[in-house]
Amino acid sequence: MSRNGFSVVRWWSIVLKEFLQLRRDRVTFAMIILIPLLELALFGFAINTDPKHMPTAIIAADQSEFTRSYVAALRNSDYFTIVGELPDEEAGRAALAQGQVQFVVDIPVDFTRRLLRGERPALLVEADASDPTATGLALAAVQQFAQSVADKDLIGPLAALAGGQPAFDVQVHRLYNPEGITQYNVVPGLMGVILTMTMVMMTGLAITREHERGTMENLLATPVRPLEVISGKIIPYIAIGLVQATIILVASRYVFNVPFAGSVAAVYLSALLFIAANLTVGITLSSLAQNQLQGVQLTFFYFLPNILLSGFMFPFQGMPGWARAIGSALPLTYFNRLIRGILLKGNGWADLWPSVWPLILFTVVVMTVAVKCYRRTLD
Amino acid sequence: MKDSANLSYMIDVRGLNKRFGDKHVVRDLSLQVQRGEILGFLGPNGSGKTTSIRMLCGLLTPDSGSGSCLGYDILKQSDQIKRNVGYMTQKFSYWDDLTIRENLDFVARLYEMPDRKRAVDEALEGLRLTSRAQQLTGTLSGGWKQRLALAACMLHKPRLLLLDEPTAGVDPAARRDFWEELHELAAQGITVLVSTHYMDEAERCHKLAYISYGALLAQGTAAEVIESQGLSTWAIHGDADRLVELSRQLRGQPGVDLTVAFGSALHVSGRDGAALERTLRAVTQGQALRLEAERTGLEHVFIFLMRGSADNFADTLGAGR
Repeated sequence: MSRNGFSVVRWWSIVLKEFLQLRRDRVTFAMIILIPLLELALFGFAINTDPKHMPTAIIAADQSEFTRSYVAALRNSDYFTIVGELPDEEAGRAALAQGQVQFVVDIPVDFTRRLLRGERPALLVEADASDPTATGLALAAVQQFAQSVADKDLIGPLAALAGGQPAFDVQVHRLYNPEGITQYNVVPGLMGVILTMTMVMMTGLAITREHERGTMENLLATPVRPLEVISGKIIPYIAIGLVQATIILVASRYVFNVPFAGSVAAVYLSALLFIAANLTVGITLSSLAQNQLQGVQLTFFYFLPNILLSGFMFPFQGMPGWARAIGSALPLTYFNRLIRGILLKGNGWADLWPSVWPLILFTVVVMTVAVKCYRRTLD
Repeated sequence: MKDSANLSYMIDVRGLNKRFGDKHVVRDLSLQVQRGEILGFLGPNGSGKTTSIRMLCGLLTPDSGSGSCLGYDILKQSDQIKRNVGYMTQKFSYWDDLTIRENLDFVARLYEMPDRKRAVDEALEGLRLTSRAQQLTGTLSGGWKQRLALAACMLHKPRLLLLDEPTAGVDPAARRDFWEELHELAAQGITVLVSTHYMDEAERCHKLAYISYGALLAQGTAAEVIESQGLSTWAIHGDADRLVELSRQLRGQPGVDLTVAFGSALHVSGRDGAALERTLRAVTQGQALRLEAERTGLEHVFIFLMRGSADNFADTLGAGR
């Protein structure tokens, strides 16, 4: 071809070289295959914007054909999975606060008697509405069941009760976020997402960079110990993480008017714990990655399930069991529960503990892996 | 056996082996270096020099073998070894995005030096870099980087220096300064193991060790190394074109093991001195060539060793000659 213009031979040599280099970079190659598969699995199977099978507890102070029929109707609908009975309202609130259940159906003591008298008694449905998308459609459904149960069971002499209005009322309490403001849920959740991204990526590069620049050999030749290197590299990022957390908290409070129902100290303690968890992940990925590009790719690979399966974007309880199982192994899941629990629900330590210990466990386990993965020699 | 207060050898290792996958990088390496000695570690690229040095300072674990550095066991006491050894990597391995002072300060802290500031100041003065202490290390030229690296690995006053090709890519004047410094250090009782490709540097070492394909082929003073190979060498002076032709002609002739063109002469070496002389006399007879016996130089010995071991290596691979 032309010596001055576009040379196909030269151009093809670049194409070939890129392919050759790409083929040698195993991690990149694996990512090319794994990331689409991961995204397909997550978006295709795990994500559901019309979440079904939400865990629901019953407080059955009154048992009759009608109440059983109503509970059966709930169960038969796809929206609710009855996970058990609770003794009283207090236990119901605790279960909601800790995020164990999404709904509590409270059947008052003299429900059946008042129904038969035609007094139109009320069933109480309390919902954890901190995530409006998790509750919206389900709550619309509970009203319909009242009508259909009435139509089905109020027959014969009772048919008179069925006419016109439903024979009983369903009162819905949207707890924690009564107006259903999406920002209240998303903005605190964003803190965890941003911390995950920056903490894992920054530390993900920390050790890889030393290897890539050849300075690791120098470091290894000095008496410095693995724990000193790893924990020493983490400290500056903890400070950065706390600065980020503060920015988001200030914006939540003054820009988005997110309620601060719980203590700010608890928020910072949770953030600190969460930052530690993410930094250990970053350091571990950093020990595994061969170069900085791989470090970034591994970070992304870690980030994807975190953002999708942690309950940040989509309701955690609305995902299938396998997705919840993966989500339960991710620190962001617990941090989302902690931050939303503190800010929106005003949770105290007793309610927070179920999400605190998994974070501690995660950090200890991953830190152990990080120290084990850190190569003391160049072998 | 060994008196740790007054060690006979600063480096004393026996039978070190290292494999990477199916590559046998270091084979049965045994090395003894006395206090205050400069040992030149020679060998072609990829011969296992760097791997050997890394095993000595605890950066790599040998697959087998044993020994000590400064009296510390290289397998069990690498922490103590690291504390007392200065290791200069082949590739510059200080932090480009730190200033010169910050790099030195960092190193001094890693070794928990008591009077850190003074040590760093002295090092900067020794380097004549005090005025440029705030300069980013990445902006230094190759020669300055190499000097900084030496100063940095000397900062904690090590008793043993392991230098991996410290003068590669450094200009002759800087190399000369560098070697003068090494000899001063050796005179102070610091032991130095230095790997190099340069013949002039090899000649400045007290002792030499020649390694090829992971195997130690010769060890001793320069004279001993030359002696050990028993080579006789002749120089043939004559017309340059004629010498090139002659070199080709001599290859494979009885007694001829090595021909090296150097300047206006062709140097021919061989182990069988008598056969070599017969061959050369026959070839040069009646030609416009001048034949002259000469002392075998280090360079001849090294090239001879390199070729020989390459052939041995080929043999072990089953490729034959």
